[in-house]
Amino acid sequence: MLTLQCPYCGVDAEETELTAGGEAHLKRETVGASDDDFEGYLFMRENPKGLHFERWRHSYGCGKWFLAARDTNTLEVFGTYPAQSKEPPKDLRDKISAKRPGWSWREFK
Amino acid sequence: MRYSGFKVFTEGLTGNKGWKPVWRDPEPKSEYDIVLIGGGGHGLSTAYYLAKNHGLKNIAVLEKGYIGSGNIGRNTTIVRANYFLPGNSEFYSHSLKLWENLEAELNYNVMHSQRGLINLFHSDGQRDAFARRGNAMINQGDDAILLDREGVRQHLPYLDFDNIRFPVYGALFHPRGGTARHDAVAWGYARGADMRGVDLIQNCEVTGIDIEGGQVRGVRTSRGVIRAKKVAMVAAGRSGQVAAMAGMRLPIESHILQAFVTEGLKPVIHHVVSFGMGHFYISQSDKGGLVFGGDLDFYSSYAQRGNLPMKEHVMEAAMTLMPMIGKARVLRSWGGVMDMSPDGSPIIDKTHIDGLFVNCGWNYGGFKAVPASGWAYAHLIATGEPHETAKRYRLDRFRTGRGIMDEEGTGSQHNLH
Repeated sequence: MLTLQCPYCGVDAEETELTAGGEAHLKRETVGASDDDFEGYLFMRENPKGLHFERWRHSYGCGKWFLAARDTNTLEVFGTYPAQSKEPPKDLRDKISAKRPGWSWREFK
Repeated sequence: MRYSGFKVFTEGLTGNKGWKPVWRDPEPKSEYDIVLIGGGGHGLSTAYYLAKNHGLKNIAVLEKGYIGSGNIGRNTTIVRANYFLPGNSEFYSHSLKLWENLEAELNYNVMHSQRGLINLFHSDGQRDAFARRGNAMINQGDDAILLDREGVRQHLPYLDFDNIRFPVYGALFHPRGGTARHDAVAWGYARGADMRGVDLIQNCEVTGIDIEGGQVRGVRTSRGVIRAKKVAMVAAGRSGQVAAMAGMRLPIESHILQAFVTEGLKPVIHHVVSFGMGHFYISQSDKGGLVFGGDLDFYSSYAQRGNLPMKEHVMEAAMTLMPMIGKARVLRSWGGVMDMSPDGSPIIDKTHIDGLFVNCGWNYGGFKAVPASGWAYAHLIATGEPHETAKRYRLDRFRTGRGIMDEEGTGSQHNLH
């Protein structure tokens, strides 16, 4: 059972309480975007085997969206953080570095 | 004759020591005309049709594990042509026709059994949708019969027809649908490709794709560098990692789909049956095990094992539809890595890199597509032009918005299929 801690209400939520929202930190493209950028935003995905940053919603709880760092291969959860974050917080990145030295994901490392 | 009752008998008496491997185990050469990345069902059928239909010789299939180690050896073995949208309809229709001749084609018993596919419906709205789908199938030249409740009862007397929440209203019956022995499909294509000179190279993981000046030059592998004029990716759930080696991102997310097998039972389920109100579909293998599957776990995963909530959902759906199934004991379950595309339809196309081709996005329906996918992909690789049945499976349909094929009508974005 996948369990993520909701960073808002603090509940350790099991996956039955949660809805997966796909890849995190997508740059929302809008009017004036190039075809490349718009396609990238809507459809193209990192789809990594290993460390991944994702959006999740605590749907059957407080209802808030949040972000999570997770390993798609081992299903290990590194941590969660608020949806408004522009990048993973430093303490989370350090925690990942301790377990996955030299990691990188899009522009983050 | 390679196999006979007499051979089985005499081998049985002499410790089965006389069987020979049916394909070679060659060392990779330093150069090929065509290298296929991925020795699953689609890779093997592509290699077979490249050799058979197009007379090409100098081909290698690179497989990270062993032949049959991926989804081709672990699926619910369903073969059907009940698609609705132009693009899918002609493609799967072609595939079913190839299935119907596959044993003669490969001289290999793939145990293709057209036992009939019965998709149940449980509301008036679903009946309308299935009637429309059935008409589309008939228009395509395939078979579909709309069954009412009594019609279903004649085929499937064991269902819980009067389930208080999901009563059975009827079904769309596709008599030519059925199942096939999944491993045998891999083995048959592998042997056929090998006999035509294709090198099947197992335990050979591709670690890089060499590109110079917009032209593919070859691949780097765990067994050395292999130069190639054309490189064709056909890596299913691992497509994202393979494409990344060419600096590409794909409109693909990899998810886990679970399936289950019970202990062997006497014949009890004679068709392929799908529940219309929960994700549950079932057939019985010739060995007697009930083979059934469910829905995705719905978050990205390469774990090759699923989590418990979906197991619970599938078991609940099974008990709702056919309460007798509660007596069967589940023997094993597994999770396959599915290459999910935004619209639920696949991609068979060139890429922006000369000589590099892509075949992916099979979602949870790749098995039945194995013959037609190989046929169409081989045509594309050999001639440079898309095959008639697969010309809508374009990589750029998400970019342009033209020709999106959302068969389920749930929307064309990730996480909806």
